[in-house]
Amino acid sequence: MLELIWLLPTFPLAGFLSLVLTGGKLPKKIAGPIGAGSIGLSFAVASLVATEFINSGTESFTYEAWVWMSVGGFSPGFTFYLDGLSMVMMLIITGVGFLIHLYATGYMSDDPSFARFFSYMNLFVSAMLMLVLGDNLVLLYLGWEGVGLCSYLLIGFWYTKPANGYAARKAFVVTRVGDTSMAIGLFLLFAQLGTLNIQDMLHAAEVQWSVGSGFAVAASLLLLGGAVGKSAQLPLQTWLPDAMAGPTPISALIHAATMVTAGVYLIARTHPLFQMAPAVQLLVALIGLTTLLLSGFTAMTQTDIKRILAYSTVSQIGYMFLGLGVGAWSAAIFHLMTHAFFKALLFLASGTVILSVHHEQNIFKMGGLRKALPVSFFSFLFGSLALTAFPYTSGYFSKDEILLGALELEGIGFWLWLGGVVGAFFTGIYTFRLFFIVFFGESHVEHAVEKEVGGWHMNGPLILLMILALAGGFIHVPLEAVFDHGEAHGEHHASGLVHGIMVSVPLLGIAVSYLFYMSKTFCVERLMASTLSKRLHAFWFGGWGFDTLYNSLIVSPFLFLAKVNRKDIVDGFYAMIVTASQLANGLIVKSQTGSLRWYALTIAGGLVMMVAVGAVQ
Amino acid sequence: MILVTLIAVLFIGGLTCWLSERINPDLPRLVALVTVLLDFALMFGLPSADINSPWVAVFEASWIPRFGISVYLAADGLSVLLLMLTAFLGVIAIGAAWDEVKERTGFFYFNLMWTLAGVVGVFTALDLFLFFFFWEVMLIPMYLIIAIWGHENKNYAAMKFFIFTQVTGMMMLVSILILAYFHYLQHGSLSFNYHDLLNVSITGEMGMWVMLGFFVSFSTKLPSMPFHSWLPDAHSQAPTAGSVILAGILLKTGAYGLIRFAVPLFPEASMNFAPIAMTLAAVSILYCAKVAFAQNDIKRLIAYTSVSHMGFVTLGIYAWNEQALQGAVMTMLAHGLSAAALFMLAGGLQHRIHTRNMPDMGGFWPRVPKMTAVAIFFSVAALGMPGLGNFIGEFLALIGAFQANVKMTVVAAFGLILASVYSLWVLQKVFQGEYNNKSFDESHLTDLSRREMVYFSAMMLGLVWMGLYPQTFLSMSEPVLAQLLSDTAQVTLTSLNGEL
Repeated sequence: MLELIWLLPTFPLAGFLSLVLTGGKLPKKIAGPIGAGSIGLSFAVASLVATEFINSGTESFTYEAWVWMSVGGFSPGFTFYLDGLSMVMMLIITGVGFLIHLYATGYMSDDPSFARFFSYMNLFVSAMLMLVLGDNLVLLYLGWEGVGLCSYLLIGFWYTKPANGYAARKAFVVTRVGDTSMAIGLFLLFAQLGTLNIQDMLHAAEVQWSVGSGFAVAASLLLLGGAVGKSAQLPLQTWLPDAMAGPTPISALIHAATMVTAGVYLIARTHPLFQMAPAVQLLVALIGLTTLLLSGFTAMTQTDIKRILAYSTVSQIGYMFLGLGVGAWSAAIFHLMTHAFFKALLFLASGTVILSVHHEQNIFKMGGLRKALPVSFFSFLFGSLALTAFPYTSGYFSKDEILLGALELEGIGFWLWLGGVVGAFFTGIYTFRLFFIVFFGESHVEHAVEKEVGGWHMNGPLILLMILALAGGFIHVPLEAVFDHGEAHGEHHASGLVHGIMVSVPLLGIAVSYLFYMSKTFCVERLMASTLSKRLHAFWFGGWGFDTLYNSLIVSPFLFLAKVNRKDIVDGFYAMIVTASQLANGLIVKSQTGSLRWYALTIAGGLVMMVAVGAVQ
Repeated sequence: MILVTLIAVLFIGGLTCWLSERINPDLPRLVALVTVLLDFALMFGLPSADINSPWVAVFEASWIPRFGISVYLAADGLSVLLLMLTAFLGVIAIGAAWDEVKERTGFFYFNLMWTLAGVVGVFTALDLFLFFFFWEVMLIPMYLIIAIWGHENKNYAAMKFFIFTQVTGMMMLVSILILAYFHYLQHGSLSFNYHDLLNVSITGEMGMWVMLGFFVSFSTKLPSMPFHSWLPDAHSQAPTAGSVILAGILLKTGAYGLIRFAVPLFPEASMNFAPIAMTLAAVSILYCAKVAFAQNDIKRLIAYTSVSHMGFVTLGIYAWNEQALQGAVMTMLAHGLSAAALFMLAGGLQHRIHTRNMPDMGGFWPRVPKMTAVAIFFSVAALGMPGLGNFIGEFLALIGAFQANVKMTVVAAFGLILASVYSLWVLQKVFQGEYNNKSFDESHLTDLSRREMVYFSAMMLGLVWMGLYPQTFLSMSEPVLAQLLSDTAQVTLTSLNGEL
């Protein structure tokens, strides 16, 4: 039964091929079932395989489809590796992926490029499954680049708008910076350890390298470069907010639930390498903490419903990085899963809201939508509760584990914990700011909402995701075997005070949000009155000026260099030779006057010179 | 004998093309197609290599015995791969010219066939004098193709192509003669035979200069910085079929020359020169990617990207280990297909809207969806997407090069980022965005025809094959490269021991 694992990426790939080879012309009645059905089949097989795997009690299972290439000891294969970690990932990808596909058949039903949309989506799922199932880093890299390509195609899905094309290219190029770092990491690992098979490589590293050795540091740093690119962490986080230009189901699938968490997966997958480079592992925690705080601030200032959620995603992945950095590996993956539930829910619900209010995305042009959009209202309510880690929702358990993991770390652990708690406070504020502004208060919608967009294929997934967002924390993630040797086990011994703080701080955030945006006890305008706060607001709104910085440091110089050297200065050198010989030619031609007197003169002159030279010698 | 037939078929086919025009101007293209297909079929008749010798076919006949010159043709796995590529792209080039070339068709296809004959000769000749002969044979018809059937600035471009190749070709000739002379000094007779010359050892500064004669000639053809500047002109002016042959095959003769001759004949000098060659390669990759991005002329842009991608080939060759060499060979094959396809797309666009200027284009996607899909495919292939052939080549080249020269490999890897910058920029300018028809007559802006789809599909299948199961190709070149590596390893060792 486990051998069926090869079917997982194959179904979506077949879906992609059948949609593409028909030229994207299949009618919606057929394209929809192919697009969503292929993922459904994958999920069915994934469930079967997972059940079998858990029942078998084995730690891992490997299935080789074929040897990709074999060149002098370098022989990566199309080989799938199943263990607790890849099992959790494949279930999230196919399960949540299926719900999002189903939702999209409703959401995209009016789009003329319906089949094209699903072809990209299917290709994405196929690549994502390759990424998490690959037993070697080259196959992982194939998935890694594949999801990047699909992300590019889907962000720029509505290609007639140049801004969408720009966002798509930005996403691809920025992540490719990270990918290149990762590729160099692969070269280094192969050159030093002689294999890119993940398990063999990790084993060889543990044998050959000592903790803190230069190679371990370099390799883990290079892989980290890839991870921060894909997972939109500092300093490569700038592409994700712009990526919201794509259709909303994309934001749910790619830019919340699956692809952006690939960096978290990569680090978890190669965690022994990071354990051998404690400095880099600490860096992972610091990157996570900084990112979650910075994007928390930014999320509080945004006005576009999707951009708020995008910054919130960056921030939540920051928590996952924090978890990885403090060695709370399972907690990070656990949060990856619960985040997939509640963030997919929030994005899909925001899709329903956006369609219902006629493609308005500014939350200040919504308001009071509670009654008109009941399904969205409850989706947002439950999603927001999970996001703010309200007790006993899914996000509560996972965030708790990460923060407690941080607290257990000696030395800097307390400060990491404190930062995470402060971040949770911001999470409460920005999440419920959105919630209160959109669903309560006065209505600011320009065109009256006729009815909530829906139907069973949109509302069904929302309801299922609501259940998962609320109760997903009770799912047991079987990761003990994967991280066994790398994680401090046993119950977290945290005092009642610590628990009390962690429960109450998000509630405090919600309360602050309530006082500002619901009861209007405090006035936002007054807070914004001073110049300093205006400047600060603008600075945060623009994402801490990273775009401006990169534009002036990298983009503009590159464009300038490209522009001044459009004609290729090297060619100028050859043109100079041509000009020089033409000049010489011109001079010599001038000597050919045809005048006898001139010739006589030059002959005489030449003679005199020769005699003179002879005489001197 | 089969090797002689391969070349003779093309020579005779070319002459037949020329003559057949008198009967009907549409006849030459048919004759050409049959000729190349026949050649292609013959190549499948080549036996596969056995364990004892990498050579699958050998032909030897005396030519000018007094100077040790013979008609010595031989093919091994590497040659066979490149021969297949030549025939495949030959068919594609005829497809590209099918509707585009309307004037003097007989002479056009004559030149096309003779260029291909020269290329087949270059890939099989193991007598250096004969090699040089074929090197010239492929040059002159190509010159005529650009000069007669080219675009607005064709004379300049053709002349530039001719002079660059000819001047550096002369340097190679001098080197060949010196090599033969050294054979005379060391072994008592003149010889141009490859295997004889492998035993000639020229050390020290002299070895370096003689090697450079080969290197400059081959890296001009490749081309590599700083000898690349003929290529953008040649490509932008050549008819599409010319670009296909030029980018797909002719450039690869340079790489082939480096692998077959420049390094094995001068292992010591090459080893000393490797850091410089790899630096040139890395600079080539980045510099030309940057210049490509700035171009408005879509064919010039693709031409610069060609130079950039060929940098990975040089990098791989001078890293001189198994992964790197396989990477270089795979890049040659994959880039042969992807660059040919991109030039055909650009040529197809020019044929439809009579401009190559990208600012005049934009938003073509809804009008030409098939062409857009094909363009996305080949752009993505060119930027090194795993699963397609180019990735295998560049990844292997880099992973091999990293073991030889970390610094230059890291520099070269940045080319991966720049490749995505310019590739996606082209897609944006031509196919995405608002539809822009201000500056051209849109009545001919039609989607790909069935015939065009057939040959694009063939090239796409080729790249997918190379990307998912490259072993087919790797196994063919493996024994050849292993042999080269072990030969040079011995020579390098002995020469080093000699110095000690």
